[in-house]
Amino acid sequence: MSTMLDVKNIEVAYGKIVAVKDVSLTVNKGEIVTLIGSNGAGKSTTLRTISGLIKPRSGEILFEGNRIDGVPGHDIVGMGICHSPEGRRIFPRMTVRENLELGAFLRNNKAEVAADFERVLTLFPRLKERVEQRAGTMSGGEQQMLAVSRALMGSPKLLLLDEPSMGLAPVLVEMIFETITKIREQGITILLIEQNANAALEVADRAYVLESGNVKMSGKATDLRKDDAVTKAYLGH
Amino acid sequence: MSNATTQKFKGTPGQIRNARIERAGAIVIGAIALVWILANIIKSPEQFAQVTVLGLRNGLLYALIALGYTLVYGIIELINFAHGDLFMLGTLFSSYFLSVWLKQQNSSPTGWAAFAACLLLVMVFGAVINVLIERLAYRRLRNAPRLAPLITAVGMSFLLNFIGLKWNGSTPRQWPTVIPSFDVHIFGVRINMVTIILFFIGVPLLLGLNFIVNKTKQGKAMRATAQDKDAAALMGINVNKTIAFTFALGGAMAGAAGLFYQQAIGTTNYNLGFQLGLIAFTSAVLGGIGNLWGAVVGALLIGLIQGLNDGLPIALGQQWSQSVVFTILIIILVFKPAGLLGKVTTEKV
Ligand SMILES: Nc1ncnc2c1ncn2[C@@H]1O[C@H](COP(=O)(O)OP(=O)(O)O)[C@@H](O)[C@H]1O
Ligand SMILES: [Mg+2]
Repeated sequence: MSTMLDVKNIEVAYGKIVAVKDVSLTVNKGEIVTLIGSNGAGKSTTLRTISGLIKPRSGEILFEGNRIDGVPGHDIVGMGICHSPEGRRIFPRMTVRENLELGAFLRNNKAEVAADFERVLTLFPRLKERVEQRAGTMSGGEQQMLAVSRALMGSPKLLLLDEPSMGLAPVLVEMIFETITKIREQGITILLIEQNANAALEVADRAYVLESGNVKMSGKATDLRKDDAVTKAYLGH
Repeated sequence: MSNATTQKFKGTPGQIRNARIERAGAIVIGAIALVWILANIIKSPEQFAQVTVLGLRNGLLYALIALGYTLVYGIIELINFAHGDLFMLGTLFSSYFLSVWLKQQNSSPTGWAAFAACLLLVMVFGAVINVLIERLAYRRLRNAPRLAPLITAVGMSFLLNFIGLKWNGSTPRQWPTVIPSFDVHIFGVRINMVTIILFFIGVPLLLGLNFIVNKTKQGKAMRATAQDKDAAALMGINVNKTIAFTFALGGAMAGAAGLFYQQAIGTTNYNLGFQLGLIAFTSAVLGGIGNLWGAVVGALLIGLIQGLNDGLPIALGQQWSQSVVFTILIIILVFKPAGLLGKVTTEKV
């Protein structure tokens, strides 16, 4: 298995607030890796650093062997890292179609983009009926599907998903997790943040547990599910 | 299955009442305007047509400036107070380019070439200055509290004003029209060639800008950046470049307006930016700030109202010009707080 993403001892701060103290993690090609941890642990900040929205104060990030820390966010997309951010962040005044087109902003091959457009609509049939609807007028669940679809339109090698199940009804949560498995089957590597640790550990191969900006534990998802400390703190049983 | 009568939901009682008041207000204002206009048309139809053309010409000038306010506000929610002064520098650049550097002292056929070259250069001039202002002053304040960039914009306005003062001098200066200037008679209405040229170039500029924003990839990047900068970056959009491009567009329009003003009115002054800037900004607000066509509609409306009020036989006259414009602005904003074409957006979070 080849290492796709290698995060080495990054420290990330917002002004004086150090959000990530020392995080190292790796994602191998074809894996689903999940980051779990309570609110404010630094999960989203880690993802935002990988996609270049924030620069780390120290540490290194390598993607397919190349340093990408310090590369601006808009160039990282072109390398094959697409990010569906926390809180969806779709473009509310644009239609579903326009949102998806923006996901493919850097791609020039029209035929491939059109094929991917059909592909994401097959993945999320709910969006198909709403392609011309303004994204801001859709329900939370539909917006979440759009956020994931929009990231897929960038033709990612590595897909970053930040709490794709947040605020969704239980049926939809299940559906999102099924879709995540389907996306992996299409050959896309996934780094997933979840509050819903149970479900995340079920679909993931490996997991990292973050606590106050540090990696507290890591290992195979199946092992972590059996771990007493993890069970107590995050799985709630 | 019973087929119950379905009643369409029209809003809460309060909303219905407001809609009624709005409609009644619009009808009353419309009726007054109609009577006033009819009275004037009957009294003197030629004069009416004349001032309508002049009003629309000024409206077009305001529109070119107003677009710069609305574009910048749309993308970074900053009221760029320096924008009117950029227009003023455009008038000075045009004056010097045409009459000092190219030594065009009166209307002549060579004036066409000079005018065309000047249009191109003054648009580049406006674009470059505006991009520099963004790069040097506003960019580093993009995440600062709102008041910081606002005050910086006021400061920038003073700075440009000062440059204008040094360049122009403290008193108004007269400049010649360089393109062949003669009157054209259309249906008994006398229209100056400069005015016609203004329409023939100004309208395509407005349409071109609209095309760029709504139909091109750059425009798509602008609209995405306006809605969510981080999300735009995650799409691969270079946010800094996109914002700079927006400033370039607004600056180019202000530059073109500078040349048109200089050729049509012929007088420059260092404080022109304040006068025209205020009206253009008002136009943008009237139309719904952030909305391109809103700025155009607002500007044409203000130009027209001003023209009619200043030039019609039955009207309050020029000394009331500003009062009339702002009274109408207030009335419209009371009924439509987001402006004529602006929408109060209700978005799900
Ligand atoms: N834009 C920001 N400015 C300042 N502090 C922030 C910002 N975003 C997050 N933080 C802080 O950084 C820490 C980690 O946040 P985050 O990465 O969002 O955690 P998580 O995603 O694990 O809930 C929190 O203490 C949070 O308050
Ligand atoms: Mg988070």
